[in-house]
Amino acid sequence: MNARSAAATHSNTPVVSMRHVGKVFPGVIANDDITLDIRPGRVHCLLGENGAGKSTLISILAGMQQPDTGWIEIDGQKVNISSPRSAMDYGIGVVYQHSTLISTMTVLENLMLGVTGGAFLNRESARSRLTEISAMLGVEIDPDAEAADLALGQQQQVEIAKAMWKGSRVLILDEPTSMLAPQAIADLDASVERLTKDGIAVIFITHKLREAYSMGDEVSVLRRGRLIASIDAETLEGLSEEKFTNAVLAAMFGDDISAIGDRNDVELLSGAKVATKVRTKSSRSDEKLVLHLADVTTPSTPTEFGVSNVSLKLRAGEVIGVAGIDGHGQSALAEVVAGQVRATSGSVFLDGDDVTKLGVRARQELGLRYVTDDRLHEGIVTDLSVALNLLLKQIGKLPYWKRGQISKPDVDAEATRLVEAFEIRTPSIHARAGALSGGNIQKLLLARELSHQPTVVVFNKPTYGLDLKTVNRVRKIVKDFAEQGGAVLLISTDLDELVELSDRVAIISRGRLVGEVENNSPDTARQVGEFMVGSAHSEGNHV
Amino acid sequence: MSNPISDATGMIPLPSDGQSKLSKVMETLVRTILPVVLALLTSVVVLIVIGKDPWFFYSEVFRYGVMGNGWQQTIRLMAPLLLYSAGLIVVFRGKLWNLGYDAQYLLGSVVVAGFSPMLIEVMPLWAAFTVSLIMGTAAGAAWTLLPAALKARYGTNEIITTLMMSFIGIGISNMLVRGPFQNPDIHVPQTRVLPVADMFPQIPGTRIHIGIIISVVVVLIIHLLLTRTSFGLRLDVFGSSPKTALHVGINSPQMILILFILSGALIGLAASVDMLGYQGNLRANINPGYGAAVLPFVFLGRLNILTTIPFVAFYCILDTGGRLASLDSGLDTHFLMIVIALILVFMSVIEYFGVKKDLGQSYLPPGLRRAVTGLFDRGARA
Repeated sequence: MNARSAAATHSNTPVVSMRHVGKVFPGVIANDDITLDIRPGRVHCLLGENGAGKSTLISILAGMQQPDTGWIEIDGQKVNISSPRSAMDYGIGVVYQHSTLISTMTVLENLMLGVTGGAFLNRESARSRLTEISAMLGVEIDPDAEAADLALGQQQQVEIAKAMWKGSRVLILDEPTSMLAPQAIADLDASVERLTKDGIAVIFITHKLREAYSMGDEVSVLRRGRLIASIDAETLEGLSEEKFTNAVLAAMFGDDISAIGDRNDVELLSGAKVATKVRTKSSRSDEKLVLHLADVTTPSTPTEFGVSNVSLKLRAGEVIGVAGIDGHGQSALAEVVAGQVRATSGSVFLDGDDVTKLGVRARQELGLRYVTDDRLHEGIVTDLSVALNLLLKQIGKLPYWKRGQISKPDVDAEATRLVEAFEIRTPSIHARAGALSGGNIQKLLLARELSHQPTVVVFNKPTYGLDLKTVNRVRKIVKDFAEQGGAVLLISTDLDELVELSDRVAIISRGRLVGEVENNSPDTARQVGEFMVGSAHSEGNHV
Repeated sequence: MSNPISDATGMIPLPSDGQSKLSKVMETLVRTILPVVLALLTSVVVLIVIGKDPWFFYSEVFRYGVMGNGWQQTIRLMAPLLLYSAGLIVVFRGKLWNLGYDAQYLLGSVVVAGFSPMLIEVMPLWAAFTVSLIMGTAAGAAWTLLPAALKARYGTNEIITTLMMSFIGIGISNMLVRGPFQNPDIHVPQTRVLPVADMFPQIPGTRIHIGIIISVVVVLIIHLLLTRTSFGLRLDVFGSSPKTALHVGINSPQMILILFILSGALIGLAASVDMLGYQGNLRANINPGYGAAVLPFVFLGRLNILTTIPFVAFYCILDTGGRLASLDSGLDTHFLMIVIALILVFMSVIEYFGVKKDLGQSYLPPGLRRAVTGLFDRGARA
């Protein structure tokens, strides 16, 4: 279908074949009778919603899980990929969604971590191997740069080098593009193209249709653990983008498609269209200033940056998006606003009052809410009921608790109201919260944080890992909240989401806000991308 | 691709409804009763192997522990043990491990044993009881303060600090018995003996002192506090995840202090009740070891005070009856501790299988499983 027709020059014999692969987790069929061929020199796109079973399929190929049924063939031979190590020995390399680089180590040190055999580190041979791989990828990687100094696109190239370190035949890229700016996606595209020309098979996992169309040679669609549709290279070549979108959307969602939203929503959510700002009403600069961070610094941990000298002004009805590579101070930013982390210097003002010394509960009472990204371990108590989780932040308060005793009718009535208002699908308000699906847990958190008069809400990766229907719903909730005069700090690793919802996008890098882009032109994603590339060594401009 | 289990929560559930209510009840029964049954069966085997008659032994246990006046002895023993269990449950529910219980108990005992003979001389009996109970309770609570403060302020591992404080506390209580509280009339290191007339009165018609009433009332109040109040719910949130507690806005340092103090206080109260109701004096180097005895049972009772009560009753029968039964059978009284240890062992084993079952994992440990499946794989790969 595209320049990558060079694929045809390679043999058509599959390098990896999955045969009737099935995997069941307690209560869930993750993979059901999946048969799939991966051919050398091709980019095989794996499409599907969150929870469709893509990750499980990949973890089976990567040797992290064993299939319950079915088997895998490599070069026509039945094999047992019993561990990540044996996957590597078979030439299967994986680049995960989350960075696996250690930010305080250099590129070379990171690459040598995975090398075993021989008690001594051999820097010189590592250096020449890196040069080799860099040449294959068509990129330049500074072996002595610290991992944290690299832009996301460069980090990903290092991850690819790491995956191919032992000589890869199959490269798996797990949703590599969600935070990449258009330029970086183009670079990745170019690297992938070079690899396929060398006969390497690439499995590209995404939920963005436009990338699948532009980058894929073959496309497979998963839904509810089953392989619903496969589009081979010849067919794909003959399809227009519109027909492709229609076919894939029908396969991905079947009859559920109307439940997700209207056609425009679906195309935006599935990445068939380029994201544009969806909010019509924007806040004016004369609105009341509700949240003000003045030169705030928090301690860093060995694995995550704190924030340093962050200043930020958020007005009523405004959405400020925060873009950046995961782990660059986003959580610290959210937590210092929420009061879960104390600022070592600087001040936090809420409605003009200094709240730096106030704790979490006091700030909640002033209308500040935090929708955490760690939904399962921080957001809810899995063993408590849905009702109690909905009122977790009201414990001991009237009218739900009277003289220290729970008032069951009041709690149940409020829980029932919230379950209905936010369409939380639960067998009952007394069911264990941990038994809910990821999407419903997020709806529970939103219901809790957006009730009882919030004025400022920090959303940390609010749609991460959710099914598209819930993603749509969550984005609408954020949008509605802002339109009703709420102030929103939206932290996200999905650039499309930031472009859709924000008035301004601030870029965070190494704990500093390094730039800010006014979201009023179709060019926002590219501009944000420029800050992310150039951010590594620049000084922190305050927003 | 993080953890497949948490990823799985977003996926499509199987058609079946999962567990029925009945099978859940069954599972709870299996997990709580089975360890006790297996431990008793194993002890029967042990008895046979060492040439004793298990039937005789256990019928003697029953005879001395329940029949005749045995049940009164059993209930007398339950008074401190129920309070003790409540003291452990309170902190354990917060996933804080107060292992300094021995010192907290002994310091409570020594303070009551040392001061109550003097108090009785200067004030009415009811006032002396009240002051003694308060002093014993305070002594137990005081001994948790340092570990609690370290945990709350610096996150210091409380297992280590409470254990270390336990050694110090046991030493201090022995010093007190040999020093200021030494009975001047005798040379054996022990405190003055409380006259029976100046101890807790007995419930009319029985030989059970009123300590059991104090114990039951206090334990029920604690149970209500843990299960019915906003404090109990906060404690559960704190116990299930400190991260959630911070997110919700629970004052964790305060919670840590409260839980430790409450725990130490209940253990100190247990010691005071036993001292005023039954022991009457304290000898040096004596440690009743109640903590180690009730420890498995608070876990078998799932850290719920009401479900722990039958287990404590079971232990008290075993203890009261077992001491005499051991003598009759010519066994060492430590045989009982073997039974307790066996309960712990079987509890761990059954919990392991239960957790594996919940996670849907193989019952075999990974290494063993690889070794077993590896035999077949080798054939497949070749």
